Amino acid sequence: MPDEKGTLDSGGTEMTLGPVRPASARRGFDVDVEASRRALADVDRTPGVAKPDPILTADNVVRSFGGLTAVDVDHLEVQRGVITALIGPNGAGKTTLFNLLTGFDRPDSGAWSFNGRSLNRVPAYKVARMGMVRTFQLTKVLSKLTVIENMRVGATGQRGERLLAAMLAPLWRSQEDDNTERADSLLERFLLDKKREDFAGSLSGGQRKLLEMARSLMTDPELVMLDEPMAGVNPALKQTLLGHVKSLREEGRTVLFVEHDMDMVRDISDWVVVMAQGRIVAEGPPDAVMADPAVIDAYLGAHHDVELTFEAEEQIHAEAEAEIEQEAQTND
Amino acid sequence: MRLIALALMMLALLGLAPPAHADVATGQDAATRCALVKPTDDDTISILGRICDRRQRPPLAVPGVTVSVEDADGNQIGEATSAEDGTFVIDLPGTAIEHLGKSYTVTLDESTLPEDTKPEISSRTLTINIDNDQTVLFPIGDAGPVKPGKFTEAMQLMVGGLVFSVVLAMAALGLSMIFGTTGLTNFSHGELVTFGALVAFFIDRLPGRIEIGGAEITVIVGVIAAFVVGGVFGWLNDAALWRPLRSRGTGLVAMMIVSIGLSLFLRNIYQYFAGAQSRNYSQYGAVAPWQIGDILLTPKELVVILLGLAVLVMTTSLLQFTRLGKATRAVSDNPGLASATGINVERVIRIVWVGGAALAGLAGALLGVTQGFDFQIGFRILLLTFAAVVLGGLGTIWGAIVGAFVIGLFTELSTLFVDPEFKFVGALLLLIVILLIRPQGLLGRAQRIG
Amino acid sequence: MDFNDLLTGSLQQALGPTAVVYCLAAIGLNIHFGYTGLLNFGQAGFMMVAGYAMVTMSTIWGGSLWLGVLVGIVLTVILALLLGVPTLRLRADYLAIVTIAAAEIIRQVISAAKFSDKLGGQDGLTGFIKPFREVNPFSEPVGIDGLVRWGPNDFWVMTVGWSLVAVSCLVVWLLMRSPWGRVLKSIREDEDAVRSLGKNVYAYKMQSLIIGGLFGALAGFVVALRSATVGPSFFATDVTFFAYTVLLIGGAARVLGPVAGAVIFWFLITVLDLFFGQATAGANPIIPASIMNDTQASLMRLIFMGLGLMLLMVFRPQGLFGDRRELAIDAR
Repeated sequence: MPDEKGTLDSGGTEMTLGPVRPASARRGFDVDVEASRRALADVDRTPGVAKPDPILTADNVVRSFGGLTAVDVDHLEVQRGVITALIGPNGAGKTTLFNLLTGFDRPDSGAWSFNGRSLNRVPAYKVARMGMVRTFQLTKVLSKLTVIENMRVGATGQRGERLLAAMLAPLWRSQEDDNTERADSLLERFLLDKKREDFAGSLSGGQRKLLEMARSLMTDPELVMLDEPMAGVNPALKQTLLGHVKSLREEGRTVLFVEHDMDMVRDISDWVVVMAQGRIVAEGPPDAVMADPAVIDAYLGAHHDVELTFEAEEQIHAEAEAEIEQEAQTND
Repeated sequence: MRLIALALMMLALLGLAPPAHADVATGQDAATRCALVKPTDDDTISILGRICDRRQRPPLAVPGVTVSVEDADGNQIGEATSAEDGTFVIDLPGTAIEHLGKSYTVTLDESTLPEDTKPEISSRTLTINIDNDQTVLFPIGDAGPVKPGKFTEAMQLMVGGLVFSVVLAMAALGLSMIFGTTGLTNFSHGELVTFGALVAFFIDRLPGRIEIGGAEITVIVGVIAAFVVGGVFGWLNDAALWRPLRSRGTGLVAMMIVSIGLSLFLRNIYQYFAGAQSRNYSQYGAVAPWQIGDILLTPKELVVILLGLAVLVMTTSLLQFTRLGKATRAVSDNPGLASATGINVERVIRIVWVGGAALAGLAGALLGVTQGFDFQIGFRILLLTFAAVVLGGLGTIWGAIVGAFVIGLFTELSTLFVDPEFKFVGALLLLIVILLIRPQGLLGRAQRIG
Repeated sequence: MDFNDLLTGSLQQALGPTAVVYCLAAIGLNIHFGYTGLLNFGQAGFMMVAGYAMVTMSTIWGGSLWLGVLVGIVLTVILALLLGVPTLRLRADYLAIVTIAAAEIIRQVISAAKFSDKLGGQDGLTGFIKPFREVNPFSEPVGIDGLVRWGPNDFWVMTVGWSLVAVSCLVVWLLMRSPWGRVLKSIREDEDAVRSLGKNVYAYKMQSLIIGGLFGALAGFVVALRSATVGPSFFATDVTFFAYTVLLIGGAARVLGPVAGAVIFWFLITVLDLFFGQATAGANPIIPASIMNDTQASLMRLIFMGLGLMLLMVFRPQGLFGDRRELAIDAR
């Protein structure tokens, strides 16, 4: 687990005493999305290839558990302003890589950086404050808090989160109101406004995914990392979720997501990275990658018949995971 | 009401011959090991004590020393002479209430001490209260004793350490197995240990004696019964309480608190029926030790070590090599996955409860044999058991054993350097230090997030 | 059987100084366990350090009780830091075991014969109470005629004690409605989620441990003032367990839970004690001595308490007044 000893000051790094910027004018992302996407067209389709404008880079990141090497990534760059998908069979090390990149786990060796700032030994909460926010494969909502409280927790730099200021409501009331306003508009956008006062634990699996994503947006992230956003989401909600992910790109945010649902990958991603057995085995635009024999090998071993099987297996995976998810939630 | 003031006399003696290979039957002529003081079962207040030469390990009894008690006005109200096993009892006249809060002075008659001993203080004053037994020590000036070398002392402590380690390992293994398969942090595990000591005591107190070919084996039968009945008690624990809670889906924290309630409940039930005094089994109370080199070793200590090691080897082999053992480890590792591969998880848990509680019961009976017991012997070693399990790595089988030996040996050997009253403190500090360096324990694995 | 005696005695205890002690200890545990999800099983250690600090300041160094209180608070904070550093990054059950071990270390060291000249060994310390009793405004017993009555010293401790409880509850209420309290509750639900939102979880847990420990310290001060003595038997492991029972009766994560819990707990415990005491007393007791003697009678309340704690946890984990939906502990 990462070292978080640093400081006892729990307040946010962005804390300012002046009025809080309105939601619309928060972090400005000076990204020309179309230019970013076009730039990818000229990039080589080889694993570990350099990108024109990387927001996240990783070098020689290795993590092993006992004798098993879960992640062994030589080089990875994530292009700014686009949607990148990270795919691979179960046990390929995708979630472990997410954990490593976001400071939730520490690699045995390697270096990685976000916006040019090294993230080695940076604890998870500081990674998040830098603007790189993740969600979890098994959704982590705060069950015994209401939906709106879940959202409010997401806001960064809250004065009322400092112990000494906490008891004096006038110090944080106005900021709280601003945060609530922003939270409400996000809830509306994510179709959760009717659930505002419900306990998060009472939401369905898909609604939890939505809430988790909306909550992560409360931190106003530059890079959003989604771990299987579609797992356990019913088909009706899927299109909505897809729309939300796309809209993140329109706002100038970068998205990196892990997904088993190949339709989604094909539909929304600008770039696909394939992992197998801890290594990156292929990279490229979705259509090119999915036709790549190396990728199909990675999923099915050397003996495969048609791509249909590949799809079918993914379906099975997704269903199994959805079931586990359901079970985990009913047990909550 | 039974109020006891305990007076422990620590003396340094020279010139006592070290016990030669004293035979159990005839060994009383040589120096006897200092016996435990047996509290009286009546309602009087007594000053009890023993005169021991504590430079020897184990301490040796000093007979024939006169001890007297005076009240605050200087009137002598009682006198006694230490017996063959070093103990003495002085009953105070009158009812308990009269003595409460009053001060008494206990004095050693120096002329009756062996010639070469000069205590720094020969009398001490104590106040009677109802809370505690009181220990009065008479430290000795340096009479020029031949102190055994550090090495000899360390080896002697090692014997005690090994005895404690194997007992602790059995208790820890049970705790760790139950934690591994059910996730329960069981605060009532100590009561499973006490239960074993009580079962053996019950057998011991049955009228008559159990013999094979003229040799009395009452306590041996008691120890076996502790193991067997302990296992049954474990099954009962699981069937009556834990299994229903699991099937209700009770959370782990809630179950932990339930176990605290169970611990309180059982501990007081034990005291209700067995009383608060510390007890010993009728056999093997005071047995003369063998001398091996400079080290003293009693037969029962040797038996406990060998028996304990045998049980530990057997248990770990079962876990390592049999189908059931593999299933147990699979459940420990991942209950969901184990269940999916066709392992009957509930059956495994049931067996683990029986096995874990049987081990705990055995540990309790053996503790009773080696150091005596009372209604909270298990509760008292519970923390050390936890320390052993956490030290080795929660839920790992080898970890519990390794942890128990580290804790068991450390508690004893640390007395080389620090006062014996701090030996448990040292072991618990060791736990905290190790958690700082290796949070997952010595043999534990780090876990994945997300 | 004298039922009037039963009622009088029980009321006297339910509102008396001992109930105050357990109420304050439970308020601390409420912060730790109820709101943050920290399993502190060493509350008795916090109480002991504070109680002995207050007493020794006057018995050893001749300082005032106020100085003792100050030193007690400083030492409690140091203790919380010492305990928190190794354990707050570990799983919850590790904290439980380390705190219970630490409390036992503290108790064995303070009660050691080696330090008995200064710390009084098993007998404890007395002779510090005079300055407290000198400012006692009550000189006559106080109570309601025919119902309940306290001596002037007890009533003075109660006055001070319940005032402390009132202030403590106010502080807890102010803290827990603030964003700071919201972060604590979120940590209880899922600390990784909170970390992923840029909060320094470690710092918050440390603050929680310190603040809860300080309420424990208040309980320690009241122990000393109540009994006019401190001794190791007041701070045994079971004291922490009783405080948990108090908390769980009233309901965890409720501001007034510990108050209701302490009053109910001591009422019931005393009723049981007096009942069995009377039932076994006299020449011709209601329960024959062959079944239960007076020593055994004194155990009955603990037997019932153990049983009660189990039943409470199984059937009403939310406490007597709690709402099951907002149940703070994972009793599922």
